[in-house]
Amino acid sequence: MNLLIGAITIGLILALLGLGVFVTYRIYRILDLTADGAFGIGAAVAAALLARGFPAVVATGFAILAGMLAGGLTGVLNTRLRVTPLLAGVLTSTALYSVSLFVMGSGNVSLVSADGFVNVAERLAHRWFGLPPSLTLFGAIVSGGSIASLGLMLLLAVGTALLLAFFLNTEIGTAMRAAGNNPQMARALAIDVNGMVVLGLCLANGLVALSGALMAQYEGFANIQMGIGALVTGLANLLLGEALLGRRTLGRWIAGAVVGAVAFRLLVGAAIRAGLDPNALKLVTAALVLGVLVLPRVLRRSGLPTEASGRV
Amino acid sequence: MSNVALRLEAVSHTFHAGTLNEVRALDAVELELERGTFTAVLGTNGSGKSSLLNAIAGSLAVAEGHILLEGREITQWPEARRARLISRVFQNPFTGTAAELTVAENLALAEGRSGRRWLRRTLDRERRAALENTVAELGMGLEDRLDTPIGVLSGGQRQALTVLMATMVRPSLLLLDEHTAALDPRSAEQVIRLTHRAVTAGNLTTLMVTHSLTEAVRLGDRVLVMHRGRVAYDLRETRRRRVREHDLLQLFDQLRWADRLDESAAEMLRRAYV
Repeated sequence: MNLLIGAITIGLILALLGLGVFVTYRIYRILDLTADGAFGIGAAVAAALLARGFPAVVATGFAILAGMLAGGLTGVLNTRLRVTPLLAGVLTSTALYSVSLFVMGSGNVSLVSADGFVNVAERLAHRWFGLPPSLTLFGAIVSGGSIASLGLMLLLAVGTALLLAFFLNTEIGTAMRAAGNNPQMARALAIDVNGMVVLGLCLANGLVALSGALMAQYEGFANIQMGIGALVTGLANLLLGEALLGRRTLGRWIAGAVVGAVAFRLLVGAAIRAGLDPNALKLVTAALVLGVLVLPRVLRRSGLPTEASGRV
Repeated sequence: MSNVALRLEAVSHTFHAGTLNEVRALDAVELELERGTFTAVLGTNGSGKSSLLNAIAGSLAVAEGHILLEGREITQWPEARRARLISRVFQNPFTGTAAELTVAENLALAEGRSGRRWLRRTLDRERRAALENTVAELGMGLEDRLDTPIGVLSGGQRQALTVLMATMVRPSLLLLDEHTAALDPRSAEQVIRLTHRAVTAGNLTTLMVTHSLTEAVRLGDRVLVMHRGRVAYDLRETRRRRVREHDLLQLFDQLRWADRLDESAAEMLRRAYV
């Protein structure tokens, strides 16, 4: 039971990563490697501030800000200095590795004694709903903290997804989607495409950094390696979500990113329980993403007509 | 207030300047378009007619000269800023619309061209109903497909919608870039009729690049023939004076003769001195 709750909670945290990758990969068709750095810097900033006694909300807020700055930097490199998006992301991400080390002061920061969101959620749940420190659920003893965390993450992930869906249907959000879908048309309709790219990358990496910040608080530590593979993990979430819910409407597509993230963690949990070496996790994730991206092309070559997308 | 909508002063642009591939695309072009007139631009391939359109739209930053729209200098304005006043229909029907966005969303974006965009819902009920009426006026039955991604529509349907998008908010200048060249004859005819209706209804200042002499004499009050980056012929009041395709063809022949003369003269010089 505890494993299940843990897997769902982590899935919901990584859903925010998935939403960030959705913005860059599906709206702008950019493989934005800033995500790796943004996830790391989010965790680093949150951990550094929490360790110094700042409240969880403040620490998380600054983590989001750091991620947005990182995204903005990639955006400026791409739009003003004409660096390809892939290289711009790699450069930012590489630079952020050092920045994260500076921020944390070392490669590892423990948050065991810090007052992260898990504690906050537990306190609030206790005060408002009278949640006991531990309770029995389906015959298993579960800590109140993990239930409270799950609730808070559910609220955050679903709330963020709804906000994102709302935003993408506003005038600015629609202009953003047009800028990603057809830049030439967007310019002809008086949309500042470069500005929209920077804005989109800020938004996306703010989400990714939030995901990193929450992950550090949930795990009780921040590690300099945390961000490695974040983009691929986000892609896996997104693609799994698309496979489950389809991409017929924007709402479904966004919901898919959340559902996909949770489903992916459940799969991972099940696989590890069934004996998969946890060290093989990133290998399996990469293989999965490759498979999902390449499969349609293999099918096409075998003679089945599909839409011309070919974007990897 | 003068009656000039657009004014080009000594606009020049050279591609690949300083290399062997140097091309003088625009050579000190002077041009004035009067308000409410329809000007057709003809020219051979590489004559500079597309460069002219791109220079005005802002997708080509010209090296020299001044471009004034309604008396305001716009030479340094980026394309997106000019697009608040200038609307454009491209040759490729897929260029003018965002395939993944719905018909209604595409139209709403076009409607927001002249103003600021905010965190307002793009499509509230009121706006959607208004768009439905606008689309219904096309008489193509597209009002039932407002929520369809525009990418599934045919090229003709998409181009008709692009013309609508370009004219639903009255632009100071409408640019048509061979906008029927990629369509089948039936769709082309439909788009031409639609263009004519929108231009007449809004009394729009229009500049149309075309390869079709028929379209040029049918729609244009004025026909420009471009050659080697310059306006070689400027025929005014073409409709009143009943200029025909045949007359234009003769002009093209003259240009070709002049070119050949240049070449043979060059050949003579080469023989004499090399």
